[in-house]
Amino acid sequence: MSMNNQGRPTRQVEDVAAGSERTTSTGNRALMLEEALIFEIGDRNRTGVDLPEAPKVASRLGGLERKAAISLPGLSEQETVRHYTRLSRQNYAIDLGLFPLGSCTMKHNPRLNEKMARLPGFADIHPLQPIQTVQGALAVIDELGEWLVKLTGMAGVAMSPKAGAHGELCGILAIRSALEARGDKRSVILVPESAHGTNPATAAFAGYQVEDIPAKPDGRVDVDALIARLAPDVAGVMITNPNTCGLFERDLKVISDAVHAAGGFVYCDGANFNAVVGKVRPGDLGVDAMHINLHKTFSTPHGGGGPGSGPVVFSEALAPFAPLPFVERLDDGRLALIEEESAQDHHASSFGRMVAFHGQMGMFTRALAYILSHGADGLKQVAEDAVLNANYVLRSLEDVLDAPFGAAGPCMHEALFSDAGFAEGFSTIDLAKGLIDEGFHPMTVYFPLVVHGAMLVEPTETESKAALDQFIGALRSVALRAKQGDASLHSAPHFAPRRRLDETLAARKPVLVWTEPAIEQAEAAE
Amino acid sequence: MRYLPLNTQDRVSMLATIGAGSIDDLFVDIPEEARLTGPIRGLPMHAPEMAVERHMKKLAGQNLVAGEVPFFMGAGAYRHHVPASVDHLIQRGEFLTAYTPYQPEIAQGTLQMLFEFQTQVARLFGCDVANASMYDGSTACWEAVTMARRITKRGKALLSSGLHPHYVGVAKTMARFTGDALVHQAPSLNAETDVDALIGQIDKDTSCVVVQYPDILGRVSDLTALASATQAAGALLIAVVTEPVALGALRSPGEMGADIVVGEGQSLGVGLQFGGPYVGLFGCKQKYVRQMPGRLCGETVDAEGKRGFVLTLSTREQHIRREKATSNICTNSGLCALAFSIHMTLLGEKGLRGLADVNHGMAVTAANRLAQVPGVAVLNDSFFNEFTLVLPKDARTIVRELADREILGGVSLGRLYPDEPGLANGLVVAVTETTTPEDIESFATVLQELLA
Amino acid sequence: MSRYFTEEHEWVEVEGKVATVGITEYAQEQLGDVVFVDVPAEGKQFDKGDEAAVVESVKAASDVYSPVSGTIVEGNDVLADEPALVNTDPEGDGWFFKLELSDPSELDGLMDEAGYKKFVAGL
Repeated sequence: MSMNNQGRPTRQVEDVAAGSERTTSTGNRALMLEEALIFEIGDRNRTGVDLPEAPKVASRLGGLERKAAISLPGLSEQETVRHYTRLSRQNYAIDLGLFPLGSCTMKHNPRLNEKMARLPGFADIHPLQPIQTVQGALAVIDELGEWLVKLTGMAGVAMSPKAGAHGELCGILAIRSALEARGDKRSVILVPESAHGTNPATAAFAGYQVEDIPAKPDGRVDVDALIARLAPDVAGVMITNPNTCGLFERDLKVISDAVHAAGGFVYCDGANFNAVVGKVRPGDLGVDAMHINLHKTFSTPHGGGGPGSGPVVFSEALAPFAPLPFVERLDDGRLALIEEESAQDHHASSFGRMVAFHGQMGMFTRALAYILSHGADGLKQVAEDAVLNANYVLRSLEDVLDAPFGAAGPCMHEALFSDAGFAEGFSTIDLAKGLIDEGFHPMTVYFPLVVHGAMLVEPTETESKAALDQFIGALRSVALRAKQGDASLHSAPHFAPRRRLDETLAARKPVLVWTEPAIEQAEAAE
Repeated sequence: MRYLPLNTQDRVSMLATIGAGSIDDLFVDIPEEARLTGPIRGLPMHAPEMAVERHMKKLAGQNLVAGEVPFFMGAGAYRHHVPASVDHLIQRGEFLTAYTPYQPEIAQGTLQMLFEFQTQVARLFGCDVANASMYDGSTACWEAVTMARRITKRGKALLSSGLHPHYVGVAKTMARFTGDALVHQAPSLNAETDVDALIGQIDKDTSCVVVQYPDILGRVSDLTALASATQAAGALLIAVVTEPVALGALRSPGEMGADIVVGEGQSLGVGLQFGGPYVGLFGCKQKYVRQMPGRLCGETVDAEGKRGFVLTLSTREQHIRREKATSNICTNSGLCALAFSIHMTLLGEKGLRGLADVNHGMAVTAANRLAQVPGVAVLNDSFFNEFTLVLPKDARTIVRELADREILGGVSLGRLYPDEPGLANGLVVAVTETTTPEDIESFATVLQELLA
Repeated sequence: MSRYFTEEHEWVEVEGKVATVGITEYAQEQLGDVVFVDVPAEGKQFDKGDEAAVVESVKAASDVYSPVSGTIVEGNDVLADEPALVNTDPEGDGWFFKLELSDPSELDGLMDEAGYKKFVAGL
């Protein structure tokens, strides 16, 4: 089947611990404070800002004045600070502890990067300022781009993509443009079945048909199957390396050579580049395009879901098709921004603009500060420690957790386990929720799809041995409970701000915005 | 290497636990001929905080800071005052260093914030629902076009001439690959928008009409008739808002009948940042919710019956539907959405309306003053905080000369439309609460000198 | 009246020229709590194997393929408000759509109840 069609429990089976806890009149539990919605505590006549007096002039709004209430509640500054501070305390975060979300690379976010991004010379400049007034900003883009090119051994870089998936799109559009430029109509992109969901979604978004390539029992792409499928209708392959099972695709160069011989291109999903930065250059393995998630490998903050940043490095063959705009150094040393106007002379094959303005400048400054801090030697050490930490977790737990590819050799930056061996009726979700009670964010669960009840643990290089040992101990204890069939796991978490949430109810009757209770009642009475 | 906690002793003991002789044993799967042995040559080695800070400050110092000079630039990115508490709150580690709320029991802070954000955006836009954010306005705009294609099963989008040229550029790039047909032309220097002309272009193949409000030249017009005409033909009206503060003064696109409203949320909380990261806003009518791109947060209850929030309707998304997803978007712009939401909470309706009044009042003041400069005409009859001046000569040159005098005097249409010589004398000028009467006077005086 | 089954875990109940199609008990168990069902509108034509409906649980989405060729005479609109029927009564009130058969001989390739039971047991 083409889609993920394996459901899983999203509601707890029974509440074993109910009634065992003391309640309070407020619902608070000492430092754990409940917080209402802004719509319940604020009102439209309250504000937390002081504004200058508006000049007394005749309105020129063209008769379009907004008369009806907008119903946006305001809070005083003090209430605002308290509201969001209380909310923040209901979140797990890297600053609190190890965050082993496989594939997402939750590593320490140095605060120097935040400080640098907030320098007024970066934070308070307009994207359309005359070029002579933003030479320093263009220098940041240029310098970061040069690092990315050298670290990957590629020929060029596009800096504007807004996130990893946007970078994937950039790479696939460059492939399509290169094929079209030689009059070659190809319609299929091959994607291994272990790939991130963004890969097939991106290829489809760019107008390609997607075909799955199976994995071999050792967790790597079936190279023979892939090569057998190569034909004049195949535009390229999208391959993740290291792959989503945490394994290095040893045969990437063989695959690249075969794809090139068949007239196609190789897209590498660089989501896991952090495992190999400084250890191998994708350009040496025949990759034509690869995005780099600055929020993964180069530690820009994840921010509760973004923003990301997804620059794409290109081979000689694809670089001419890269999107606008980009930065170019002129002979006199000044930096120019190549936009639509000058592209005709400088970059005639570009496939065009993917985004307004020039990309995620605020992420570039953070990533550059991080890269300069580590240097070429430190980045190599980043990969080595990330891989060391993951293998340490793998070997410390394989006696209690099934490691489907453990026998095949070392893993890269993440350790993959399955739910094989759990007691009847116990699944990965029970272990994940049990881990929450132990004070850890769970690992990535049920991904990759090729492993039943998958658990993908990525400790990253920024965890100490002591932190790893504590995590290993916690995971070991929860794994043993899942194997012994400890029923209290079904109702975990017991100590989080919320118990298991009813996702079925949320999806069957979606409530996506807040509605005044009075309005709800009136509607019900109709 | 201050970000790496392991020391040599740790590494040796961990390798022993693993049963590896050396770190190289863990990298054996990388083919030996491609494996790097030492640090990549030609790149600097690690550096202390002080050295990095010195380097970055040097680069930052080469830029002209908007807040230090008279500043009149807009065209899709606006300079507003962001209250100090916004930046304080978004730097709390529990927000800054969290990720997408995959485990809702320990992510209620982010989830409740997203639910509040969605409600704020929906109310601001006059929509039934809104999502948990997109990358930015330009990508949200293209997502809306593809959503209209899915709903109407038609492939021709009419783009207003008043749509931001970068948004048009993104749509053109994408349409070339998806096969969507786009109808678009550059704007002309008229006081009126092209709303009436668009009505005449709608036909049975039209999937949507995309109109910016206020438009790239700062003009505003009623969208009600356009909405009716679009819907009567079975197409959708997509309204694009690049300056959300405007909706503190102007009727919302939703009120006027728009089916989908997208926007750039940068004005509130986010700051200029040379173009990113920003935050895409995306709202629509309830009946289209299952065709929306991006993440959605919904209300539910936990096992004890307490209210809580979860990501919901995930089956639209790439991690489940893969090649059949509504979009390939994964990461959104969560932290910028948080900044937007905090700023909006500080303002409230009262503050937003007050802020909009100041913006409009200052803009009218500036337009009146600049109209007195000999040879300069104000194009717009109506506008919010941005209007277009028609100068007697090429505006691009003037903008550069103004910058040499340390005045950032608007965005020339020549920069935005290099292929349209007829627009070369146009200058788009934005005025916000951060603009002072002295800034306006400096701008007018120097402009007069440069044009003399 | 006779009931047929497919390897895609659909059931087909035939009465005269009209076939009623739904998913099996086994399929609903695999999906978990069903939260949304998209059924085809009257008059739509499908060839055998076309994607005819979509069924979604919280973390899964699955296409329902038309097990036979024909023209839709009715989609089960009740499922829009009560998708849970697919869980509680998959092989009864939780049916997806009815279609008029254009080629009844296609039924010959499907399994009977005993055959399907054996098929599921082998999974």
